[in-house]
Amino acid sequence: MSGEGLYLDGVTVVFDGFRALNTLSLLVAPGELRAVIGPNGAGKTTMMDVITGKTRPASGIARFEGHDLTRMEESAIANLGIGRKFQKPTVFDALTVFENLELALKAPRGPVACLRWRLSGAARSAIEATMEQVGLRERADDPAGLLSHGQRQWLEIGMLLMQDPKLLLVDEPVAGMTDHETAETARLLAGIAGDRSVVVVEHDLDFVRALGCRVTVLHEGTMLSEGSIDHVQADPRVVEVYLGR
Amino acid sequence: MPASLASGDPHGTSSLIRWFLLLLLLAALPARGQDFDSLVPGLAGGFTQQAEAVERLGALGDPRALPLLRALSESRLLRAEGGVRVAPDGPAPSGPEVIRINNRVRVALRGALGRLQLVSPDPAERLAAADGLLRARSAEDIPLLEAALAREAVPRIRAHMELALGAARLGSPDPAVRRAGIAALGGTASPEARAVLLAARGTDEALSADVNAAVAAIDRRLSLRRAAETAFQGLSLGSVLLLAALGLAVTFGVMGVINMAHGEFVMIGAYTTVVVQEALRASPTLAPWSLPLAIPAAFLVTAAIGAAMERGLIRHLYGRPLETLLLTFGVGMVLQQVVRLVFGAQNREVISPPWMQGTLTLPFDITVTQNRAWIILFALAVLAATFAAIRLTRFGLEMRAVVQNRRIAATMGIRTGRVDALTFAFGSGIAGLAGVALSQIDNVSPNLGTSYIIDSFMVVVFGGVGSLLGTLIGAFTLGVVNKLLEPWAGAVLAKVAVLVGIMLFIQRRPKGLFALKGRAAES
Amino acid sequence: MRRLVLPGIVALLALLPLLNLLPEGSPFRVSDFVVSVAGKWLCYAILALALDLAWGYAGILSLGHGAFFALGGYAIGMHLMRLIGPRGVYGHPVLPDFMVFLGYQELPWFWWGFGNFPFALLMALLVPGLLAFVVGYLAFRSRITGVYLSIITQAMTYALMLAFFRNDMGFGGNNGFTDFKELLGMPLNTPFARFVLYFAALVALVGCFLVSAAMTRTKFGRVLAAIRDGESRVRFLGYDTLRHKLFIFVLSAMMAGLAGALYVPIVGIINPGEFSPANSIEAVVWVAFGGRGTLVGAVLGAFSVNALKTWLTSFAPDLWLIVLGILFIAVPLLMPRGLIGMLRR
Repeated sequence: MSGEGLYLDGVTVVFDGFRALNTLSLLVAPGELRAVIGPNGAGKTTMMDVITGKTRPASGIARFEGHDLTRMEESAIANLGIGRKFQKPTVFDALTVFENLELALKAPRGPVACLRWRLSGAARSAIEATMEQVGLRERADDPAGLLSHGQRQWLEIGMLLMQDPKLLLVDEPVAGMTDHETAETARLLAGIAGDRSVVVVEHDLDFVRALGCRVTVLHEGTMLSEGSIDHVQADPRVVEVYLGR
Repeated sequence: MPASLASGDPHGTSSLIRWFLLLLLLAALPARGQDFDSLVPGLAGGFTQQAEAVERLGALGDPRALPLLRALSESRLLRAEGGVRVAPDGPAPSGPEVIRINNRVRVALRGALGRLQLVSPDPAERLAAADGLLRARSAEDIPLLEAALAREAVPRIRAHMELALGAARLGSPDPAVRRAGIAALGGTASPEARAVLLAARGTDEALSADVNAAVAAIDRRLSLRRAAETAFQGLSLGSVLLLAALGLAVTFGVMGVINMAHGEFVMIGAYTTVVVQEALRASPTLAPWSLPLAIPAAFLVTAAIGAAMERGLIRHLYGRPLETLLLTFGVGMVLQQVVRLVFGAQNREVISPPWMQGTLTLPFDITVTQNRAWIILFALAVLAATFAAIRLTRFGLEMRAVVQNRRIAATMGIRTGRVDALTFAFGSGIAGLAGVALSQIDNVSPNLGTSYIIDSFMVVVFGGVGSLLGTLIGAFTLGVVNKLLEPWAGAVLAKVAVLVGIMLFIQRRPKGLFALKGRAAES
Repeated sequence: MRRLVLPGIVALLALLPLLNLLPEGSPFRVSDFVVSVAGKWLCYAILALALDLAWGYAGILSLGHGAFFALGGYAIGMHLMRLIGPRGVYGHPVLPDFMVFLGYQELPWFWWGFGNFPFALLMALLVPGLLAFVVGYLAFRSRITGVYLSIITQAMTYALMLAFFRNDMGFGGNNGFTDFKELLGMPLNTPFARFVLYFAALVALVGCFLVSAAMTRTKFGRVLAAIRDGESRVRFLGYDTLRHKLFIFVLSAMMAGLAGALYVPIVGIINPGEFSPANSIEAVVWVAFGGRGTLVGAVLGAFSVNALKTWLTSFAPDLWLIVLGILFIAVPLLMPRGLIGMLRR
């Protein structure tokens, strides 16, 4: 692993004259867990879009382990080891939990390779281990469409883990979750970091506190403040953005 | 001079001038009348006297002489008490009272008739005379044509006379006159002038440079005219596409509903025109207004069908575009077959009102058909009305609100279901308007819509979904490109080429010319 | 029990032409007409299978599969035309009648090789496959999906129809190809030829069905289903969805081409009308009616809708289009999972 993890510098994205990102810079070290917070429209989702290749920045640098993300296809970026969990859980309802994870499992991804694919013992145990990790062992053969909201979120995190990513982007994982599910999710994410970098975008400050990691505050497409949760909560600029005008 | 004006040429003279000319005429009439009256008996005299009378009558330029001379040339002029009379229509007269002529008189008659026809009160006759002289290309006609030109007021006939004059000058022994003729012909945009010049090139070595320059000038104008006519045809096709695609731009672009029955809505608009016309045929006061009356009728009929289809069927399939596509296709099939059963499969005739018939001549002899010109105006008017409805009305505001965020619009008290139905009705109504327009230029048959639907989808895809400006530019671009390619590739291959072109175009701009960007476009 | 359903249906289909051999007047005898109509339906069923692979599994609603079908038909039609040889009306040893009529001096280059059956059959698969590759590549690459793709494919078949209507394309223009004499040394229009063609179509249908079924059970099949339900999500999983979609689209087009190649000798004619957009969309309704994404549904839909069509057009041809239209309306609204979905419930 090279020393450089995720590296954004001066990234600007413009939609019809509106600057969704404005010279945003962000550095996430390998193995780091990072929370990104910010009010609505701060550019959190757009930042994720740039990292995963969905949106091309008008200017600026976006690199992961030295690869220029601004020039790569989404699937190539995913194969680089960047996994993304969307705000809205997008698991494949028609497929079972097991099949969802199997799709995500690291393996050749061409059509012919998929036609010839046979599930090996090692692959099966990797999938089962992940089901265990995200607590869906019992639901292995149920279609994902039958899962509860929280379970879908976990399945999606499980799918990300199957990709064995070096960087995990997690967008609002606990929105709509029960308190119990929220606590479970914080434990899950904290456990995942260390092996890989995890970037969590979230509104819920209690959840962010539970993660116990470095926090970046975005506002109007640019970085407002960075540090521990206590540090940013004490920052007057952050207070102003969040509380009043 | 006053004589020919008195022959009643009504073109382009204001009534005041006409009164003035009438006074002049009254002053001139006795003298002329005497000439005419004293010359006519000569027609019944000996051959020499006849020839002289004919020539003088011809030079006099009195239109009354024309029927007499023509009768003389056809052996239908009879001796009569104190002069001559024209034999009544019917079998050729015989007997001693028929006036006979010899060749000398015949030659005189030909010239005199040509002169007289050039000043005939009948414009068609003047035109024919000018064309006859163009074919003759005789220098002797120069003064004749100059005189006629001085009197002629109809631009079209003037143009023909000028052509004939130019051609006549080419036959002159005087090089200066010939050069003037070449220059005059070179100033036209007429293929006939070009042919006359080319014929003269071989015989007139000295002036060949002038001839070549004149031919080149004509060629330039001809190609300019061709380009202008192609552009007009393209605009005309584009306006048809615009009409057919505008409704789609609303239903597909604004609502995201793909309406495969759109073509059938267009067809129903055309049939509404047929029905309105037939219903009003009996009423002499309303019959001329059947086309303008068909416009609101077609709009309402198709809008009602569209609203019913949205409320009754499509509403249940929102969020399932492919199923919507199948469903609307089925609706189209049913509509088409029902129309076929009710009205029959054969074409129905729609009579254009008189003000839409005929052609319009623009500068450089560019001719355009009236109905096509009207449809271009109509399409632009419908576009403007659509734009105004979306931008300026309360309904348009609610529609845009629902498009941007359905949930928030609903919480603000907008009845989104009603807005959906109205939007769909609106788009369908525009399809009906397209049908009214198409009934004027295409066969009204049950499969009228099928031939336009794919092209209009292409317009929407090319122009960018959800953009009226894109639809406008898309429609006219496709129309013009189609017509530009046609002379080289033929109509079918031009169409194929346009389809392939669009496929390649959306490689570069998958969302069309005018794409929505940002979050709105993602969902 | 359920395992026996499909073999049972195949056995019945195989029995059908044999009943044609019974003596005239026997109550179980199946007429010549029924055999040739059933042979036609077998080809339609293959087309429906092809469409189901693309639409039911990968979510690619092609409104241009009739074009692939027709191209396959034209490829075999060209072979059949070459086999007519000097038996044509003009008696030209090489040139088909329409070329003699249009004043061709020699065979155009794109007719070379079609005298050879394996080559013609190969072309019946390759030409549709190549067209699907080009159109699919351009469309999928620029992320044209859903109704946009449907419109593009419809425009494709429409453009081909216009092109094939032209005499100077060298494919017989308006009239297309007909008056075929023989295939593989076997005179057409004989009971024997009807049998052979019927069984060829049946074998092809069973083969296509088994291949499709096996394929959809692999991980590739699951990737397709995932693409159908959330293509961008699949892309973020690291799958190059372009390659998967292109693979299934080309395969599906080749299957449609095969169906067309079997169809033309059975019906004895091919003309540009086969490219008409209405044909393609009618095939879509077979799949929708039977139940998409099930393969069996596609076959069932092709049989049942065509049975309805044959029955209805025999006494009320005017009504058929209305009934078909109502099917288009009713299926998405009332039975979105099709016949199969209703049976399984």
